Amino acid sequence: MEPDWIWGLIGGLLIGCAGAIYLLGNGRIMGASGILGGMIDGSARGAWLERTAFLAGLVAIPAVLQLLGTPAVSTNLTSNIVLVVLAGLLVGLGTRIGNGCTSGHGVCGISRLSPRGIVATLVYISAGAVMVIVLRAVMGGI
Amino acid sequence: MRTPIAFIAGGLFGLGLHLSGMTNTDKVQGFLDFFGAWDPTLVFVMGGAIIPMFIAWRLTDTRKPLVGGDFPTPPNPLLDRQLIFGAVLFGMGWGLVGLCPGPALASLSYGGLGGIVFLLSMVAGMALAPNAKRLLDRTRAGA
Repeated sequence: MEPDWIWGLIGGLLIGCAGAIYLLGNGRIMGASGILGGMIDGSARGAWLERTAFLAGLVAIPAVLQLLGTPAVSTNLTSNIVLVVLAGLLVGLGTRIGNGCTSGHGVCGISRLSPRGIVATLVYISAGAVMVIVLRAVMGGI
Repeated sequence: MRTPIAFIAGGLFGLGLHLSGMTNTDKVQGFLDFFGAWDPTLVFVMGGAIIPMFIAWRLTDTRKPLVGGDFPTPPNPLLDRQLIFGAVLFGMGWGLVGLCPGPALASLSYGGLGGIVFLLSMVAGMALAPNAKRLLDRTRAGA
């Protein structure tokens, strides 16, 4: 079993290639929250097919990998459904108010040295780290 | 062309998230756990992803998108309240369960009921966001 960081680097390079293809091919920034969110609040303005195709690929390829019997991945998501709903609402609201998530602000923003991308990434990582400390204190673990 | 390119990009994004372990919430919360058993995997994922994207951005200086049209406008230097407020909310949700939008979608086929509940809640949050933004604007105007 290779160390996790090698898979992290391989996966990361693939994610970067995906973003590069989307940018150089379609001229768009690959941000998961922007692509999905634009369809939900109606700001997508006619780019529905392109966005749907992106989301279809994003959902389908990991599904196919599981069907092919590659080592199963567990999301290890908490079974506390209240936390899941609260977290989903916060992620949905926050990414749309702040106009980006880990892919848009993180991968695409930092790589073009965007001040907004860099600052947003520092802020959401800090907020996430504080939340993990709070979880540890309140619930005795994560 | 736009549609197949988008499908390939989405598929490659899903493959990368899946292989990197970023659909495993333990690894994401482990990265955010700076004062505990810190997991550096996300740094390698982010670093790996930034390399091809950095090259891609350089290439946008001298060419046009394959399908025509224009590349995104230069980055906006404005650091406004919405950016910070949104990033704080997003980070809180991210830290709470270890999922962000990309991995939540990529793990849809194996994330179980919890994964579906997260995605539906996230969609609800996205639907509410335009109203929340207007509210944020109004409080500033009143202040």
